[in-house]
Amino acid sequence: MIKALVNFIAIIKGSLLTTRHFMVNMWFHTLKLFRIKTKRKGAVTIQYPEEKREIAPRHRSLHRLLKREDGKPRCVACMLCVTVCPSECMYVEAAEDPDPEIQKYPSTFIIDLSRCCFCGFCVEACPEDAIRMDTEQIEFAEYTRDRLLYDLEKLIG
Amino acid sequence: MSDWIIILIKIICALVWFLVIALYLTWVERKESAVIQDRIGANRAYIWKFRFIGLFQPFADAIKMLFKEDFTPRFSRRFLHNLAPFISFFFVAITVSAIPFGDVLRIGGREIKLQIVDFNVSLLFVMAMLSLGIYGIILAGWSSNNRYTLLGGMRGAAQLISYEVALGLSLIGLIMVYPSLKLSAIVHYQGELLWGWIPKWGVFLQPLGLLIFFFAAMAETKRVPFDLPEGENEIVGFFTEYSGLKWGLFMFTDFMEVLIVACLLTTLFFGGWQVPWLYADGFHFPWGGAWLLPHGIVVAFQVLAFNLKVFFFCWLQILVRWTYPRFRYDQVMDLGWKLLVPLSLVNIAGTAILMSLIG
Repeated sequence: MIKALVNFIAIIKGSLLTTRHFMVNMWFHTLKLFRIKTKRKGAVTIQYPEEKREIAPRHRSLHRLLKREDGKPRCVACMLCVTVCPSECMYVEAAEDPDPEIQKYPSTFIIDLSRCCFCGFCVEACPEDAIRMDTEQIEFAEYTRDRLLYDLEKLIG
Repeated sequence: MSDWIIILIKIICALVWFLVIALYLTWVERKESAVIQDRIGANRAYIWKFRFIGLFQPFADAIKMLFKEDFTPRFSRRFLHNLAPFISFFFVAITVSAIPFGDVLRIGGREIKLQIVDFNVSLLFVMAMLSLGIYGIILAGWSSNNRYTLLGGMRGAAQLISYEVALGLSLIGLIMVYPSLKLSAIVHYQGELLWGWIPKWGVFLQPLGLLIFFFAAMAETKRVPFDLPEGENEIVGFFTEYSGLKWGLFMFTDFMEVLIVACLLTTLFFGGWQVPWLYADGFHFPWGGAWLLPHGIVVAFQVLAFNLKVFFFCWLQILVRWTYPRFRYDQVMDLGWKLLVPLSLVNIAGTAILMSLIG
């Protein structure tokens, strides 16, 4: 009997908690409806396509290849990123560069974004600092998979 | 002839009221749960740039359900499978005929009761129709010919039958206090005053009965704290084999039950269309003084009061649904048979003793 009473009080307390949440949030929603500015908002929701969350500086977004001063890619086609990639989504073909200081350059450089898991290992592995994931671009959904194959032109642009 | 037209107009008005509010309860449920959980809720459905905080959402849902494939499994009993949702829908929808929305409206020397039919046993009628709704559930469970749906249907029947007992017993005290089974008469009795100033509502005369009725009626709606027939996290429920609009009908029936339970709570325990101290000719306050009003405004006040009370109880039921976790099967049965039924018996005995003492 006492246990039942304690449970009953707990039940009432629970409903009071949700009622409080409802009332407080509803109050701020109503204020917003009448265009009254308040510090607090009725909901924690970020309405995505219209408002966007600020991307953290260390966030790993879409890859980009860096350029030398003369506009060629900084990549020397050493294949370290291809080796380290856990989802095997990179494909690099090397070609010989006339400059003996550089020796090699990538003739094709393809990242299959449909397989990429955005671990950032390629960025860590790169000895030339040629690839970075700091474009802050996170919306690149496509209707077909082959449009997710990003080649050298797309990555460097 | 004109009587028939009046009846027809009343039926159309009441059904439209009932269905539109039940439709918008789906939206209210989504919005209210969102506000409780610090979210925003459905606000994206729009017609040509206008969103109106998501008020078009129920229509978007309905259109989606209309165009979904209505699949009947090969192994089901086809006729009953198709019939079941309509049975459960019909028996809830018909209960609105007994709900009094207001007192009489006088237009052109004619007295129109704001109630579709005012017959002598309307309370029993509503109870009977609500319990016949079980047939829809158990037929759906059985005719789908699937073990889980059958289990859901059986559980639904067991739950509804056991709570039917508590529901019926909790109302006996009320019937003793207001000696009538006629809903309009019960509402009229509640217009009197207790000790000259408290309105004689059921909540003041039958607090325990109200509590039992509320729990049992919540169980009747078979929503979350008592969602045994559905049990989405264990047996998916009696409508597993339904899709499209027939599934939507089951869901819609749930919301209609919420609405009819709110109507019953209002009518039986919170004075129905009564506004405290409002009489046929206006307000007469217990501390003296009066505020006389024309007939039309008094009726408008009554209908408004009824609607506000109903909305409050819809809100309360949705709040309960989004506050509490669901009961296990044995817990529901324990609560029903070991707590609510004895308590309602105690309520009957206590009411009888008090009434014989006071006279």
